[in-house]
Amino acid sequence: MPTKTYLQAINEALRQEMERDSNVFIMGEDVGPFGGCFGVTKGLYEQFGEKRVKDTPITESAIIGAATGAAAAGLRPVCEIMFVDFIGVALDQLFNQAAKMRYMFGGKAKIPMVLRTPQGAGIGAAAQHSQSLEAWFAHVPGLKVAMPATPYDAKGLLVTAIRDDNPVVFLEHKLLYGLEGEVPDELYSVPFGKAEVRRSGKDVTVVATAKMVHTALEAAEVLAKDGISAEVIDPRTLVPFDTATVVESVKKTHGLVVVHEAVKHAGFGAEIAAQVAEMAFDYLDGPIVRVAAPFTPVPFSPPLEQAFLPDVNDIVAAVRKIRG
Amino acid sequence: MSLNEEKLLQMYTTMVKIREFESKVQEFFAAGKIPGFVHLYIGEEAVATGTCAVLRPADYITSTHRGHGHLIAKGGDLKKMMAELFGKKTGYCKGKGGSMHIADVDLGILGANGIVGGGGPIANGAALAAQYRGTDQVAVCFFGDGASNQGTTQEAMNLASAWKLPVVFVNENNGYGISCPTCKSMAVADIADRAAAYDMPGVVVDGNDVVAVYEAVAEAVDRARKGNGPSLIECKTYRWCGHFEGDACTYRDEEELRTWKAKDPLARFREKLMDQGILTEDRDRKIRETIAQELQEAVRFAEESPLPAPEEVLEDVYA
Repeated sequence: MPTKTYLQAINEALRQEMERDSNVFIMGEDVGPFGGCFGVTKGLYEQFGEKRVKDTPITESAIIGAATGAAAAGLRPVCEIMFVDFIGVALDQLFNQAAKMRYMFGGKAKIPMVLRTPQGAGIGAAAQHSQSLEAWFAHVPGLKVAMPATPYDAKGLLVTAIRDDNPVVFLEHKLLYGLEGEVPDELYSVPFGKAEVRRSGKDVTVVATAKMVHTALEAAEVLAKDGISAEVIDPRTLVPFDTATVVESVKKTHGLVVVHEAVKHAGFGAEIAAQVAEMAFDYLDGPIVRVAAPFTPVPFSPPLEQAFLPDVNDIVAAVRKIRG
Repeated sequence: MSLNEEKLLQMYTTMVKIREFESKVQEFFAAGKIPGFVHLYIGEEAVATGTCAVLRPADYITSTHRGHGHLIAKGGDLKKMMAELFGKKTGYCKGKGGSMHIADVDLGILGANGIVGGGGPIANGAALAAQYRGTDQVAVCFFGDGASNQGTTQEAMNLASAWKLPVVFVNENNGYGISCPTCKSMAVADIADRAAAYDMPGVVVDGNDVVAVYEAVAEAVDRARKGNGPSLIECKTYRWCGHFEGDACTYRDEEELRTWKAKDPLARFREKLMDQGILTEDRDRKIRETIAQELQEAVRFAEESPLPAPEEVLEDVYA
C-alpha cells in the first residue's frame, strides 16, 4: 500500500470526492492558489478552478453561513477555518444555524456541509492558534465531530464526512500533517461511530484522541516493559461516539485512563469517564484517571508549551496510579 | 414593472391575509393558547408583500424572528403555520421550531430566525448555490434595523458583492430594535447608505407603500438574475405592536404610533385600489370573507391537531 502523509491523505480525499461529485466544493481563507495555510488544498484550485475552490474574505461567519445556505440548497460544501480558534467569531452560524436547522425545521432540511479545521498545540503559536476545542462541538446536538489520528483515517473519515447529510466538524491536528502512513490510492470510507483498537491489552484501557493516540501508544510500549498490558482505543469520532467498544474493553481490563490534549476541565474526557462510570462501574478496580492539559490558555514559550502538553510520562504515571 | 389588476389584487389579498393572521395570533397568544413568545408583523405588511410578489417559487428567502408575514407572502400554508404556533405535530416543524423557526425549504423559505442578523450569511449560501448551478434563482435576505448593525450582515453584504451573488438585502427599518430607537443605535439616518461601502445600489423606499417596495425589489431582482450582484433596499416602516406580545412599549409615545397608524399600508393600498376602480366594496368583502374562512380552517386544523408525542423529542436531530 502506498505511503502518504496525513496532509496528503486529506488532500486526496478532497480531490477524489470533488472528481466524483460535482456538488462538492471548497471554500475558505487562502484555500485557492495559496493552497491553504498548511497546504492541505494545494493543487485543487489548479485542477478544479475558481468556481469550486473559492477564496473567501477573512470573515468566518460569512464562510460558515454560506456553507450552511449552500448545503440547505443542495450543494456539499467543505469549508476551511484556518485555525479552530477562529471559530469563535462564527459560532452562531455553526451552533445556532447549521447544527439546528434540521431539528428546528421538523426534519425538512439537510445540511451536508463539512467544516475542516486544524487544532492542537506544539508549534509555538500561542493561545489564539493552538487550542483543542472538540468538547465545544461535541456538546451541540446536530453536529458530528471527527478527529482522525492517522493518514488512513484522515482520508476515510473525510470521505464519510463529505457524504454525510449532516454538518460535520472535521478536526485535524496540525502536528499530524507530516505523519506518514499507508493510504490506498482508491476511494474508501471509514465509518463514523466505530472506534479503532490501536493496540490490544488486558490490564488497562487507554482511550486517546488525535495526536494523543500516538503518545498513548508510546506509553503502552513503556508500560509493556514493566509487564503492564495497555489496550489503546482511538474513538476516531466523538459524535457519534462508540461507547460499546470502550465499555467492552473496560469490562476486560477493569481500568480506564482517558487522554486528550484539550484542557481537562469540562473536556470530552469527562464525558467518556462518565459514560463508563454509568455503564461499567462494577467492572472498575479503581478510579478512572484523566490525562489532559491543565486549565490554562496555551502558552507561547517552548518549555511552557511542553509543560502544557500531556506526554508519555503523564500517561505512564496515570496507568501506574491505578495499576501500581 | 407594470402591475396588472390581477397582481395588484393578489398583493392586496396577501396583505389582508397577513394582517388577519397576525390579529388572530395576537388574540390566541393573549388567551394563552400559544406557548413561548410571538413577534407580530402588523404595520409592516407592505414590505413582505411587495418583495415576495416579485419572487418565483424557486427563489429563496431568509426571514427574521418577525417572520410570519414573510412566510405568508412567500406562499406559506396557514394551516401548518398556525399548527406550528400551537406547538402541534402537524405544524411546519412538527412543533419543534415554533414562531421563530418556521421554514418550508420546498418553497425556498430557509427559515425564520431567532438570531438577529443570522440570515444574511445563509441567504448568501443559497444564492451561491444558484450561481454555482447557473440557475437564475435569487435569494432575498429580510433583516431589521437591529440586524443591520450586526457584523454578520455586513460580512454577508461584503461577500455577496465581492462574489456578485444574486442576493437582495431587504431591510425592514421599523424604527426600533426591541426598545432602542434607531436614532440611538446608529449614527446614519439611512441604512441604505451602507450599500456604498460594498459598491452595490442602496435605495430607500416608503416601506408602507407596497407598490414602491415591489418596484424597488423588482429592479434589484432583475439585476441579481442578470448576474450583476446584490442590492440593498431599505424599507422605512413601523412596528405597530410591541417587540413581542406582552411588551408594554413604555419606550415610545402614543403620538408616534398614531402618526404611523395614519400611514397604514393596508388602508392606503385599499384606498388606492378603490380609487383606481380595481377594488370594489363587494370585491373587498369577498376577499375578506375568503381569508376569514381560510383562517378559520387553519385555526380549526391547529386546534384539532394532536400534540407531538414525547418520544418525538429525539427525532430529526440528524439526517
